[in-house]
Amino acid sequence: MERFKQKHLLGIEELSRDEIDSILDTAIIMKSVLERRIKKVPTLRGITVANLFFEPSTRTLNSFLIAERRLSADTINVSKSFSSVLKGETLLDTARNLEAMRVDMVVIRHSVPCSPHYLAERISASVINAGDGAHEHPTQALLDMLTLRERFGNIEGLKVSIIGDILHSRVARSLTIGLLKKGADVILCGPPTFLPEWFEDYGVKITYNLKDAIVDRDVIYVLRIQRERQDAAFLPSLREYIRYYSVNRDVLNRYARKDVIIMHPGPVNRGVELAPDVADGPWSLILHQVTNGIAVRMAILYLLSGIGSSGGVE
Amino acid sequence: MGNKKLLDRDGVRELIGSLASDIINRNRKNIKNICIIGIRNRGDILAERLAKYIYKETGIKPPVGAIDITLYRDDLTTIGPRPLIGPSEIPCSIDNRIVILVDDVLYTGRTVRAALDELVDFGRPLRIELAVLVDRGGRELPICPDYVGIKEDVDKSLNVAVYLEELDGEEGVIVKKEEYGKV
Repeated sequence: MERFKQKHLLGIEELSRDEIDSILDTAIIMKSVLERRIKKVPTLRGITVANLFFEPSTRTLNSFLIAERRLSADTINVSKSFSSVLKGETLLDTARNLEAMRVDMVVIRHSVPCSPHYLAERISASVINAGDGAHEHPTQALLDMLTLRERFGNIEGLKVSIIGDILHSRVARSLTIGLLKKGADVILCGPPTFLPEWFEDYGVKITYNLKDAIVDRDVIYVLRIQRERQDAAFLPSLREYIRYYSVNRDVLNRYARKDVIIMHPGPVNRGVELAPDVADGPWSLILHQVTNGIAVRMAILYLLSGIGSSGGVE
Repeated sequence: MGNKKLLDRDGVRELIGSLASDIINRNRKNIKNICIIGIRNRGDILAERLAKYIYKETGIKPPVGAIDITLYRDDLTTIGPRPLIGPSEIPCSIDNRIVILVDDVLYTGRTVRAALDELVDFGRPLRIELAVLVDRGGRELPICPDYVGIKEDVDKSLNVAVYLEELDGEEGVIVKKEEYGKV
C-alpha cells in the first residue's frame, strides 16, 4: 500500500502532485468522520500538538484546534501576547522548550517568511506551516483544492482567476503553485502595485482588468484586502479599488458564466473586495471552504504524524 | 515454494454459501434486522457476496457496508509512514440492528478490536456477530468468531493470502512463506 513520506508541511512548493492527491484523498475520508454521530477518532491519541500563532488568527487556529481534537490529539496553544515571546524569547527557544515538553507536532504561523523551514531544520517535531508572512499558506491552498475537486471532480483544466492583493497574499501564492501543479489555468488580477511581475515566472497570466479575469472562468477566487498589512503607497484609495476590482452582482451578471463559482479565504471585507450578496449568494462556496479546512488539516496531521518524533521512523 | 493451497475457487464459494446459511439459521426470525459490514479490503467483498446469497435464500437483501479500520489501529505509533485510508460506508443506522461483521482472515483479533471500536462510534447495535472465511488461530485478544468458514492453525511465520475475483481476478486461499503483517 502507498505511504505518505513527508515529515513536514512547509509549503505547496515542496509537495509533489501525487502527494497533493494523497492529502486530498485522505481529507475526503476525514470529512466523512465529521459527518458521523461521534465526530472523533482515536488516531492521534498520545500525540501532542503545539499551535504557535505569532500573528492574529481566529479561523485557522480554530480549524487546526478542531482538527487536532477530532483526531484525539492533545493540544496546547502559544500566542504572542500571552507567552514569553513578549519577554524576548526567540522562536527557536520557544520551540525547543515545547520540544522538551515532548510535543510531537508544531503548527506555526509567523510573520517572517520561512520561519517554519527554520524550525523544521532545528527541532525533531513535525512542523506545519499555518502561514509565514507573504510566503505560503499551504493548508489554505489544500482546502481550496479540496473544495474545487469536490465541486468539479477534477482540477486539471479548470479556469481559475485569483483577484486582489496578490503581492501580500500567501494564499494566492500557495494556491497558484498548487493549481499549476494540478494543471489548472490560472489568471491573476489586480492593480499593478498588487501584481509583482515575478508571478509570470510560474506560468500564469496576469491582467489589470477585472473583466478579463471574469469572462468565461470556472472559478473566481477573491482575496481579502489586507488593510492591516497595507502600506498606503500601494493603493491610491480604497474607493478606487472598490470601483475597479470589487466583485459584485453587476459585474458577475455582465461578464461571468452562469455557473461561475466564487471563493474567498475569509474573513471577507464585505463591500470592499466582495459584495455581501455575492458572498452569500448561490455562487459562493465560502462556507464549504471552512468545513473543508478541518478535513484537510485532519488529513495533514494524520499523514505527517507517521514520520514525527513518535513515529518510530526517521 | 512451500506455498500450500488451502482452498480453491469452488472451496471459497462453498464456504461463503455455508457461512450465509449459518447466518440465516441463527437469525431466521430477525433476518430483516441484519446489516452486513465488511472490513476492507476483502471483508467488504465477502459481505456483498453473503448478502446476495441471503437474498437468494430468503428474498430479503440485507444492507451492506464497509469499514476501513486504519484510524482505529493500535499500532499507528509504531508502523512509521501512514497508510492511505479508504472510506467507511455504513448504509443505514446500526442502532438496534444485528450487525454481521465480516473479514477474510481472523488472526490476532486486533483488526476486529479496531472494527468494533469504530462500529460503536456509528451507533448502538442490538448485537454484533463476527463471520470470517479463515480462522488461522494465533489470537492476541479475547475475540471469538460466531461463523467460521474454515479453521486452520497456521504458524506465525506464514501468511494466509485470500484471493477474491472482484479484487484479484482469481479466487482461492493460499498459505505462503512470507512475513505476516505487511500492509
